[in-house]
Amino acid sequence: MSESGFMVRAHGVHKSFGLLEVLKGIDLDVACGETVVLLGPSGSGKSTFLRCLNRLEPIDRGSIVVDGQQIGYRRRGGRLVELPERRIALQRRRIGMVFQQFNLYPHMTVLENVVEAPIGIHGEPRASAEAHARELLGRVGLADKAGEYPRRLSGGQQQRVAIARALAIRPRLLLFDEPTSALDPELVGEVLAVMKDLARQGMTMVVVTHEIGFAREAAHRVVFMDGGVVVEQGRPDAVLGAPREARTRAFLNRFL
Amino acid sequence: MSAASEEPADVTEAHRPFPWGTVLSWAVVAIVAAQAALAVATNRNFEWEVVGEWFFHPSILAGLEVTLGLTVVSMSLGIVLGVLLAVARLARSRLIGGLAGLYIWFFRGTPLLVQLIFWYNLATLFPHIDLGLPFGPTLARFRTNDIITPLTAAVAGLALNEGAYMAEVVRGGLLSVDAGQWETVRAFGMGRARALWRIILPQAMRAIVPPTGNQLISMIKSTSLVSVIAMADLLYSAQAVYNRTFQVIPLLLVAVLWYLLITSLLNVFQSMIERHYARGEVDRAARAAPAAPEA
Repeated sequence: MSESGFMVRAHGVHKSFGLLEVLKGIDLDVACGETVVLLGPSGSGKSTFLRCLNRLEPIDRGSIVVDGQQIGYRRRGGRLVELPERRIALQRRRIGMVFQQFNLYPHMTVLENVVEAPIGIHGEPRASAEAHARELLGRVGLADKAGEYPRRLSGGQQQRVAIARALAIRPRLLLFDEPTSALDPELVGEVLAVMKDLARQGMTMVVVTHEIGFAREAAHRVVFMDGGVVVEQGRPDAVLGAPREARTRAFLNRFL
Repeated sequence: MSAASEEPADVTEAHRPFPWGTVLSWAVVAIVAAQAALAVATNRNFEWEVVGEWFFHPSILAGLEVTLGLTVVSMSLGIVLGVLLAVARLARSRLIGGLAGLYIWFFRGTPLLVQLIFWYNLATLFPHIDLGLPFGPTLARFRTNDIITPLTAAVAGLALNEGAYMAEVVRGGLLSVDAGQWETVRAFGMGRARALWRIILPQAMRAIVPPTGNQLISMIKSTSLVSVIAMADLLYSAQAVYNRTFQVIPLLLVAVLWYLLITSLLNVFQSMIERHYARGEVDRAARAAPAAPEA
């Protein structure tokens, strides 16, 4: 448990790919139970920042603490020591992630997809893992698809399975990397509805998306990024309704 | 145009023209095949009665057993070795990847025949094999000739060589799996070994199985090389017979027919495996197949 009340504390995060500096000092705290939406044009660094939170990308400078643990490092004596991948895996076990391309395991049924991590990584008994999985599939409206293979489902259904799979590990934090960007427009709503439910129920979520409507309705806070820095942040009605920065206004104008 | 005044007809009323071209080509091929089969069957020089006489002869069956046994054991070891080498090659560690690459380079780059002779004659290079600490005390000592029999030399030669080829087959399969799958297992905190075994390898199998079938068939025939180190495999057994009886052609036919028979069985087995690993795929073949003509 993070005594601070914050699930994520990111401070001065820098990240470069070769010569290209993608993140130029990001500070962001996410309170427990908060839903934060990261908005910004393509190339603003928001997806990269999200991937730094569970260390799919290592950072070059700064620090990221998730649930009280500095991701990718530990303190030994007075010194900070980089953890091997095997130990980082342990830190990631309660961070759920939902990907743009769903990334379901195509050779497993929907149910097998959902129980894979609880049984294989968390050591949950099969019976209770399957009961929990069926309950989660019910929550995302796919109780009848448990025995189906992912490729036979629509994109929206696949993404809802992916959300159930991420929930199955009883995550303390959920990361969404453009969860509706690969979907046909008529399928976006069903995925956003599930995410809104989660936000209402107090799940801590960081969501990278272009869905302004979702940000307005479900987010506690909207963070607008551009060029690797946080340009502006605040309550959705403030940032989306009355943006202070010119860059934010220019970005939002494209959605009107 | 006058046709424009007609109502466009519903396509279900369309007639399918009789496929003369298809029927004709089938007929031509059937006639040529029948002619060829008859020519081979009635040609006295093939000595089919001799083929029948030797087909189930104990010495041939003993050779067949050696060929099958060597193939199964060497291929199994080769596959295990290949998976390990492929994973090593893709490891983050430059040292491990480099060592695996060196192994593959050497064993694919030298003739199998030479490797077999080398293993068989290991005793001339190293009369004893010592187990112990590097530069330290020896814990156990074996005479090389006690360990290296024709059988162990054959298995070692075939399996170590096969491992190098299988490593590349498996590596290709692993690389064919979507990078998003690796990312997902990492995000879930899944260990590398479990990720490979549960998520990556099963998906890679679709790309691994067909070339492995190739390797297996090639291995069945490569086993005939072990005759140079005095192993009596199928081909060697057939040769041993015709060296006495001078019935060269019929005995080679015996061997050829057995090889074809085994290969055919393997093809059936391979398509069963392929179907297993195709589960979860949307059936592309069924969709691409032309509609059956209406009766």
